[in-house]
Amino acid sequence: MFAFCTDPSTLDTLRWFSCYLTNGAHMLFYQSFLVVFALLAVTAPVSLAFGFAAAAASRSHILPVAWLGKLYTAMVRGVPDIVFFLFFVLVLDQAIEYLRHQIVCPDWTDPIRQGANFLVCPEARTPAGNAPQWVHKTYGFALAVITYAIVFGAFCGNVLYGAMQAVPRAQLETAEAYGMSRRQVFWRVLVPQMWVYALPGLSNIWMILIKATPLLFLLGIQDIVYWARELGGSRTAVYQYPHPDWRFWYFLALLVFYLCFTRVSEIVLARLTTRLSRGQATAAGEALRKAGA
Amino acid sequence: MTCLEAFEAYALRSLGIGERLLPSADITLCQQLVLIGSGLIWNVYFGILALSFGFLFAVALAVGKNTPARLIRKPAEWFIFVFRGSPLFIQFFMAYELFVMLPRVGIEFTFLGVEFAAETRWLSRAWLGALIVLFLNTSAYTAEIFYGALRAIPRGDLEAADAYGLSGWKKFRRISFPTMLRLGWPGYTNEAIFLFHATALVFFSSFPAFQQRGDALYYANYFADRTFNPFVPYPIVAVYFVILTLVIIWLFGWINRRLNRHLPADRRPRLRIRPQIIR
Repeated sequence: MFAFCTDPSTLDTLRWFSCYLTNGAHMLFYQSFLVVFALLAVTAPVSLAFGFAAAAASRSHILPVAWLGKLYTAMVRGVPDIVFFLFFVLVLDQAIEYLRHQIVCPDWTDPIRQGANFLVCPEARTPAGNAPQWVHKTYGFALAVITYAIVFGAFCGNVLYGAMQAVPRAQLETAEAYGMSRRQVFWRVLVPQMWVYALPGLSNIWMILIKATPLLFLLGIQDIVYWARELGGSRTAVYQYPHPDWRFWYFLALLVFYLCFTRVSEIVLARLTTRLSRGQATAAGEALRKAGA
Repeated sequence: MTCLEAFEAYALRSLGIGERLLPSADITLCQQLVLIGSGLIWNVYFGILALSFGFLFAVALAVGKNTPARLIRKPAEWFIFVFRGSPLFIQFFMAYELFVMLPRVGIEFTFLGVEFAAETRWLSRAWLGALIVLFLNTSAYTAEIFYGALRAIPRGDLEAADAYGLSGWKKFRRISFPTMLRLGWPGYTNEAIFLFHATALVFFSSFPAFQQRGDALYYANYFADRTFNPFVPYPIVAVYFVILTLVIIWLFGWINRRLNRHLPADRRPRLRIRPQIIR
């Protein structure tokens, strides 16, 4: 990085650290923070969409659809979601390979499950065996994102369903009295009003989502936890930057990162709550109206 | 291997009693059921101990956060913020690295003229190290619940206590504490469920499973890796945890009914179980 970094063993402490913290491996470490943000940026909208679909389905008048929606949102109760994380990644991987296997090589006769093995024809391997490294990485990351979206979609479904129930009946009845169809009542009255009721629950889920991001490590992604363990391990004099076991300090840095992140989120969400309460038929909305008048 | 043999070999495997080697070939359903069930012992161990110690500490923290004195309030607030604001997973990692860094032999230090000798080598083992982390973590979450409950005590109750001449410890013991417990209990039930689920993280976060003595998820993961079939072991863990959750709900519901038995039937709060969440 810097010109004086050619021989680190001769440097004083400050310069040594400025070289150490900007070497190649550390740059990868900093990039892995982007992985966390990318995960959050993709997962949050997708799981919100999943949750919305699930909540809408739970209110359906067609019984099987309602059951499906309720089953999905009930799934996360009672079971630690790390179980789901470990489960879905494997299941998704096998499901994709199995489907491709059925399409690509229909005349394959050997059974797919042979004892402890899961064998599909070579053409159906996902990603292909000779694919470059980045394809494997992207595929792994995509699987992780889908898994997160499924689990957190169920959480969101719970919250949004509750929020839809919380919108005052009178509002919906008034809309019906104006001659709106069920669809119109849902989109024009229910959906715009439900957000203020959903926000406390959703901001809770957002906090939990932030705190769930280190679990990416368990899904085999090279995320910040991976790099913290990797970089912090002690280095002997053979290496360019020898140091003792510093993993504790790396994890301390991660802890501080998460603390700052949650704190900032808290402040932003508090502002958003105030903004959304404006003009709503709730106590908070009423308080805002009185303060403004 | 019959089911009975599997039970004899693996029922207490997670404690190191029974067959030394884990099943590796021709894994039967019985073996999976028994071994994963045996791992559940650890989840229950972590859950119960962390909850019971955490309860006492949490009450102290909640009272601390509720006092006007800055010197007491600020540390309590910071403790709660740090443990609630960061992922439990990172806390596990950090604690483990900290415990490993401690000298192997032990620490001897003099405090107020008294000599202390602390054994540190057990700290990097899961049964103690992870328990400490879980204890601190649940204390913070529970303290926040109890703090909210303390703030929600009806003013009339406290004024009535003053009118009766109760103050200080007596007022806390007779009025504040029981009301706090009553108001905070539904939230505390969720926290308890939540904590039992968090115990599944222990053996995935640096703490080594000594001689492959792990918890339910550790064994489930072992089977999923061995058989490459996630559809058997993970649902087994799920079912075990659902049963565990139902037991907690039943137990806490019973306590909830006892706490509220003086209220007229229509004013008793019902336990609302919210979906569990990770931290």
